[in-house]
Amino acid sequence: MATPSLLLLLADGRFPAGAHAHSGGLEAAVAAGRVTDLASLEAFLAGRLATAGLVGAAFAAAAHRAAVAETVGSAHPARSARPSDPPAGSAGRSAALARLDAELDARTAAPALRAVSRRQGRALLRAGRTIWPDARFADLPQKPGGAHQPLVLGLLCAAAGLSRVETATIAAYGTLTGAASAGVRLLGLDPYQVQALLVGLADACDGTAADAARAADDPPERLPAAAAPLADIHAEIHATWEVRLFAS
Amino acid sequence: MRALARLVARADGRGGTALVELHGETPLLLRQTPTDGGVATVHLVGGAAGPLAGDDLRLEIEVGPGAAVRVHSVAASIALPGRTGAVSRMAVRAVVHTGATLHWLPEQLVAAAGCAHLAESRIELAADATLWWRDELICGRYGEAPGGAVVHTQVDYAGRPLLRQSLAVGPHAPGWAGPAVLGGAPATGSLLVVDPSQPAEPPTVEGSVARLPLAGGPATLWTATAPDAHTLRTHLTP
Repeated sequence: MATPSLLLLLADGRFPAGAHAHSGGLEAAVAAGRVTDLASLEAFLAGRLATAGLVGAAFAAAAHRAAVAETVGSAHPARSARPSDPPAGSAGRSAALARLDAELDARTAAPALRAVSRRQGRALLRAGRTIWPDARFADLPQKPGGAHQPLVLGLLCAAAGLSRVETATIAAYGTLTGAASAGVRLLGLDPYQVQALLVGLADACDGTAADAARAADDPPERLPAAAAPLADIHAEIHATWEVRLFAS
Repeated sequence: MRALARLVARADGRGGTALVELHGETPLLLRQTPTDGGVATVHLVGGAAGPLAGDDLRLEIEVGPGAAVRVHSVAASIALPGRTGAVSRMAVRAVVHTGATLHWLPEQLVAAAGCAHLAESRIELAADATLWWRDELICGRYGEAPGGAVVHTQVDYAGRPLLRQSLAVGPHAPGWAGPAVLGGAPATGSLLVVDPSQPAEPPTVEGSVARLPLAGGPATLWTATAPDAHTLRTHLTP
């Protein structure tokens, strides 16, 4: 059983990983006139949760699974190793994380979204290295842009002793709250009503996290790949702007 | 209905392509059509309405080293409801060997009201294979809301993941018509071009069409949304 405070701490938008600088694609959707009010914000959040939210949560859960692989036997003595279990040890973890990195690239068609995910991964890693210096961050693939955010999050949550479902919940929740608070700033919406909207999506968020945590047992090529054409299109438009409020 | 169709092509050694296997079953029939410049052209001919929920259709394509195949279909396929609770499935599995080319350019998939359809494509490419792969989805017939449809595409290039995407529309796909996914557009699709001889180009967006260079190989994905099938086709014909 994880410490509830650590779960809250990692899910908190005030955790110093720069999440407040990103709108999760909402800024471009607002500029395109596609999100204008509470109702369209709700539709945006529901779609984002079911696509980027599910994929990010599944990869965070899969990275968590790779991070805790060596303790599977002792934590679940009744459960024998499955063929799809990641190999234990640093080399096994590196290989599993490199595979997840390539699989997540293949699910992120837009170069702008790949860059954003790696930039957010770097920011999260800076915080993580200071807070949990003993965590296995050295096993992350060494990519010029940094490691993908969900992979870093998975390792961070494992270091904090959180469970796989908690890891997936933090990831899914982050895709909702980042865009929702951006909605308050971009559209001048009533923050109480936006919070009410998040309360309405809480069950869907928990369900997405549970699906993602379950999916993490599948081989990497079968992890969720839910696509959203407008997310790709909006991200590339947004990347060309010279003046913008949010980094993505 | 269950059907298995199979297409195997080999280079004939004289700069052309021979279809050494071309086998279909109703409603998945394959017809060779006149060919240009060493490329074998095959049309998929629907031998029945549908797919109807409950149908399980499989197509296997193998393009041998140096061979070139182009696949079209004679008409859009319309996923329709069938037995309650049943799902229709169209699975395409393609292997494109070294120096080979596959152009998969079928007509649209239309997700009719009440359908429950899964279109699943798995493509394995050798390191210097060339691929054009177009998927177009129309959400409902005219003025109609679609049933459930999932278009899943999985492409590996030289043994590495190149593209994984799964687009879900319909009543069980939250927010699919909303501003994060399709923004109310009834037509959407993508064209994947894998061509080791072409230099990588930077991403661009024009209206609701984006050109996206992929990370895992010499590949570009064109992705688009559109108000109708005709406009979509224009977007996905570079």
